[in-house]
Amino acid sequence: MSRPPSRLRMVGAVGCVAALATLAACSSSGTSNNSGSSTSSDSGTITVAVVSNPLITGQMIPLTTSNFEKQYPGIKVKFATYTEGDLRAAIEKDVATHSNAFNVIMIGPYEAPLFAKNSWLTNLTTQYIASDPGYDASDLLPPVAKALSYNGDLYALPFYGESSMLYYRKDLLKAAGITMPQHPTWAQVAGFAAKLNQPGKVAGVCLRGLAGWGDNMASLDTVINTFGGEWFNQKWQPQLTSPAVEAATSFYVNLIRKDGESGASADSFNQLLTLYGQGKCAMWYDSTVAATSIATTYPSIAAQTGYAFAPVDLTKSSGWLWSWSLGIPQGTSDAGAAWKFASWATSKQYDALVASKYGWAAVPPGSRTSLYSNPSYLAAASAFAPITLASIDGTDPDHPTVNPVPYVGVQYVDIPQFESLGVTVGQQIAGAIAGTETVSQALQASQSAASAYTPAELAG
Amino acid sequence: MAVVETGAAAAPTVGVQPRRASRREGWQRRLPLLPALIYTIVVTQIPFLVTLWYSFQDYFFDVPAPARFDGLSNYKTVFTDPAFRGSLVRSVIMTVTAVIVAMILGVAFALLLDRKFPGRSIVRTLIITPFLVMPAAAALVWAGPMLDPNFGLLNYLLQPFGVHHVAWLSTHALGSVIVVMIWQWTPFMTLIVLAGLQGQPADTLEAAKVDGAGAFATFRELTMPHLRPYIELGILLGSIYLVNVFDQVRLMTNGGPGTSTTNLPFYLYEQVNDAFDVGGAAAAGVITVILTIIVATFALRMFARVFQFEEASS
Repeated sequence: MSRPPSRLRMVGAVGCVAALATLAACSSSGTSNNSGSSTSSDSGTITVAVVSNPLITGQMIPLTTSNFEKQYPGIKVKFATYTEGDLRAAIEKDVATHSNAFNVIMIGPYEAPLFAKNSWLTNLTTQYIASDPGYDASDLLPPVAKALSYNGDLYALPFYGESSMLYYRKDLLKAAGITMPQHPTWAQVAGFAAKLNQPGKVAGVCLRGLAGWGDNMASLDTVINTFGGEWFNQKWQPQLTSPAVEAATSFYVNLIRKDGESGASADSFNQLLTLYGQGKCAMWYDSTVAATSIATTYPSIAAQTGYAFAPVDLTKSSGWLWSWSLGIPQGTSDAGAAWKFASWATSKQYDALVASKYGWAAVPPGSRTSLYSNPSYLAAASAFAPITLASIDGTDPDHPTVNPVPYVGVQYVDIPQFESLGVTVGQQIAGAIAGTETVSQALQASQSAASAYTPAELAG
Repeated sequence: MAVVETGAAAAPTVGVQPRRASRREGWQRRLPLLPALIYTIVVTQIPFLVTLWYSFQDYFFDVPAPARFDGLSNYKTVFTDPAFRGSLVRSVIMTVTAVIVAMILGVAFALLLDRKFPGRSIVRTLIITPFLVMPAAAALVWAGPMLDPNFGLLNYLLQPFGVHHVAWLSTHALGSVIVVMIWQWTPFMTLIVLAGLQGQPADTLEAAKVDGAGAFATFRELTMPHLRPYIELGILLGSIYLVNVFDQVRLMTNGGPGTSTTNLPFYLYEQVNDAFDVGGAAAAGVITVILTIIVATFALRMFARVFQFEEASS
């Protein structure tokens, strides 16, 4: 009678061991690394990893099929589209293991210098720009180009550049008797949000809550910076439970919970763009690039939209600096075709192409100086072009906080550990926004996650 | 699937042998099964050994330095990590709640479907449908059109009852995920219990009626004992599958808000995918396997008892 159970037990044990096979398969990293030999070839199939933001899904991808592939018949472009968090994980794994599934990757000022330091990216200045006079690299906006450089050389080309600013509905503010200053403070914004909030209809202010260092933490970091807080002090000791960080986080979380959109812990740029575009936000603090999407996708809301600089508390300005940019991993195949694509998508000619298809207001903003002296663009985007440019120029990633800090980055900390630390802290904050834990619990957990690294490790 | 494959390959070595076969005869029997056995060992045991090896290494994807031996520190980290313990507890809560509620609903639906009424086959198909939908597709439909706080169908339907803009996936994240698990697994339970009901001999029921037993007494005294092995089987199979639930967690809440819906599979995924910690994930995986083997041993004992019960009763 004892035989069947024992036999089944053994079978079960072996089967359970089999369940691990999947995990191990993921972790056995390919080490094949064909060091870029075919740099001169201009044909082949290239795979481009991109973020699923409107200027990419709505313009870059269709224009690649309709124009780029016609212009270069030898090159076939495949896109892999991800949300921001998934894109980071996919790219980091691909580049770090040299799997080279992607020939072109969409990265930003956080990744470009770090990846370049690890020799994971192609030096675009020496490899291509020097010998391609058609690509006017000196025209790139200086703060954006600087953020994408390592040791003075460009490692990624900006597709668009952004800071952060406050969008507001002029009609709703007027009805409530509110005048928005050009440089509002967070205290003012909170006061306005309380007046403008109509539960179930229009949120007083829409803010990011989705867990991710490029999602909710991007917005919150700018608040922390202007409230006098920072991630690490000069000795690389984590400061996530300091009074300033505590005050800023409580402010942000309470503002969302009281006068923000419902379900905020699932919302980031794309979700909030939809909400704002459908008239469900009286104010919205987010990327300057949203102005372009509002203008092209939601014209009636755009007509009622006002623009103010990123709200501040102790600092003069507090906008973040980001740029979705195209880089070429070191050792990728078909590097020549990859350069052709990356340079095409970030060129002046691409801007002109977008303008001819979708109008000047739709052109990717914040990457080229010449765009901001182009009379056609200034006429079409007069409402938001000057404030976008001024916001980007007003950022200082080297000195983002009130107190001096040892790191670079406004809404990120440019160290490798931040990739996972930022996500962990973002999850805790999302938990606080959803109400599953208190702000101080979330910050305690964040502080202990940050304390897992020694200052020496963080300093690099 | 792996269980079945391994079972087929491993069976001859412990199988019942009525008479002592010669060595030669034994190998003749085993030989055709060897390719399957070798294949199974290659695709399951080698990766497991590699995982074991990784679990002793300090290896991060995002650090260019190569992996290096780190002793038991990964295991120490996993055991001291409150997130691991939390996800373990959540896995248990999710599985137990979903299986029990799905089984209660399954019995109820099966009893209703066992009656004759017009349109029974259509209703039966409709009830089975949730089980046939891909888990990923179901999760997306629930997260978007159903539960969205601003545009969701559920809030719209509940509006007359004074429910406004509830962000189900923020404020009731764990509950929402469990509801979707129940929604998807109730049909499975219904099917198994229905098979049991239809195998119930009609003459026993008739005899009970003749003896004057009421509907409830018949159910308690005759139907329930008859259904017991089927219910146990449903609970067992449901638990084995639901303890691995990943699609719903990943697509509906991404383990959040905070870590409120992070179960073991999602914790492992995050260790590799967001923390790039290959060593830590491997250690957590090894611990999970040990725990699973312990649970599976008890579950399979029960499994064996169910079949004995079945044999004895028939």
